[in-house]
Amino acid sequence: MTKAFRIPWLLVYVIAYLVFLYLPVLLLPLFSFNDGTIVAFPLKGFTLKWYAQLGQQDTLLQAMVNSLIVGSVTALMATSLGLFAARAYVRYRFTGRELSEGLVMLPLVIPGIIVASSMLVLFISVGLKPSLTTVILGHVFVALPFSVSIMKSAFDDFDQSLEEAAFDLGESVVGTFRRVTLPIVAPGIVASLLVTFTVSFDEFVLAFFLSGNSPTLPVYIWSQIRFPAKLPNTLALGSLLLMSSVLLLLIAEYFRRRSTQSSD
Amino acid sequence: MAGVLRSDTGKGLILSAPATLYVGLLVAVPLCILVAYSFWTQTYVEIDRTLTWANYQEAFTDPLVRHLIIRSVAIAGAVTLATVCLAYPVAYFIAFRTKKKTLWLLLITIPFWSSYLLRVFSWKLILGFNGVMNSALISLGLIQEPLTFLLYNEFAVVLTLAHAWAPFAILPIYVSLQKIDRSLLEAATDLGCSKLERFVRVTLPLTVPGIIAACLIIFIPTVGDYVTPALVGGSQGKMVANLIQVQFGAANNWPLGATLSLLAMLSVACVAILFVVAVTALGRRIR
Repeated sequence: MTKAFRIPWLLVYVIAYLVFLYLPVLLLPLFSFNDGTIVAFPLKGFTLKWYAQLGQQDTLLQAMVNSLIVGSVTALMATSLGLFAARAYVRYRFTGRELSEGLVMLPLVIPGIIVASSMLVLFISVGLKPSLTTVILGHVFVALPFSVSIMKSAFDDFDQSLEEAAFDLGESVVGTFRRVTLPIVAPGIVASLLVTFTVSFDEFVLAFFLSGNSPTLPVYIWSQIRFPAKLPNTLALGSLLLMSSVLLLLIAEYFRRRSTQSSD
Repeated sequence: MAGVLRSDTGKGLILSAPATLYVGLLVAVPLCILVAYSFWTQTYVEIDRTLTWANYQEAFTDPLVRHLIIRSVAIAGAVTLATVCLAYPVAYFIAFRTKKKTLWLLLITIPFWSSYLLRVFSWKLILGFNGVMNSALISLGLIQEPLTFLLYNEFAVVLTLAHAWAPFAILPIYVSLQKIDRSLLEAATDLGCSKLERFVRVTLPLTVPGIIAACLIIFIPTVGDYVTPALVGGSQGKMVANLIQVQFGAANNWPLGATLSLLAMLSVACVAILFVVAVTALGRRIR
């Protein structure tokens, strides 16, 4: 190896790639503070008025409430299903385990439009009108793989002898689960709740097909994108959404690491 | 019976049953209904349940449908190729050239923890005629007139999707690079391989499983992507998902929409299987 200075091309490339990755994510917040109605350089000056106007829009607030409801119920349902399934996959060797694991991961790779159209057809066939309920049923489906994989890594690092000890000391099955297992995997549960909430909160295509007359936030944003006059408000709303997603998932990441700390 | 329930098989099956049934039912039942719909016809709001091949005939004879399916597969292929090629050096850098792997992996995934819809929307603003890119280049004096080839075409779709799928390429390739036994690389060098030869003959072949995983996980959902072609594709960049949405929405022809969904799914499956078979065969020939 010569010690002469060489341009570290790979590092230059990686940094350029990072700029490419962050460009669209940083751009929305940047222009949401811009005192102008078109998104172009040069910037016109700093303003908070686009954010202030958001509070006065009733349809927006209703969409926000819808999204919060859908996200919370989805998170609870997906995490409960994922918790038990992950426990089974990690703890027990049983016939059909691989089949079941593969099936549960399937929603990750089916194109969104196919999930959305087939669920719409299903729900209409059984007499369920598009509503927040149908959106929740769809979101649980797409959020489940995330919950299962997070809970699996939480159970992976779980020391079984702790459960056996609780058993030997006279705890019942339910008691052991509640007083030993749950507290230990709690960080994993929190991580799963946050991630599945965010998956639902950001999901668009399914909600677009299944929400009927009660739009979630992404569906509301979609309806606003068409109006150039609304652009600055859409930017402000989008920036808020971007930041809350990133924040939620950073917190989730913190809990996920705590749940798998022993292995790191 | 009680014995079965106490066994590992019993406990495992019971615990995993709710999730398995939920996903299984929501995959199988809608699929069956979709198949049924594809043989029905619709006039306004009435569904005619007489079985007919009419939808398939229409789908196969309409040049627009064939064109959109071929274009969707072609765009998804281009996106897969672009994403994997752009991502490979980054995965390589994280696996071999840095100690702070966790930090880099986190840095790369953070942008993707935000709404997909908003990221695509942001690309639309960047690439537009009076958009960020053009206005920045003009104020820097690099161009006089706005560039028109940026938005509303296949290029915009491929660029946006190559951005959207970046971590799904970087992570599997990184994992397979990380698994490589470093002594193999030393052996190659000791036996006289140049750096390039060592990469082509040792490193690259060992990461093929990661590359295949990345290709499938990007290609399959991309064929059915709706948001990106709708926002940045213009009329040149429309894909099959947009046509499916129209059938379920404005055109109100659910049977045709169901047929198109099934055909899209079949084409994805065919291309994915062909790809895996081809790569595996190629791998055997090299050995």
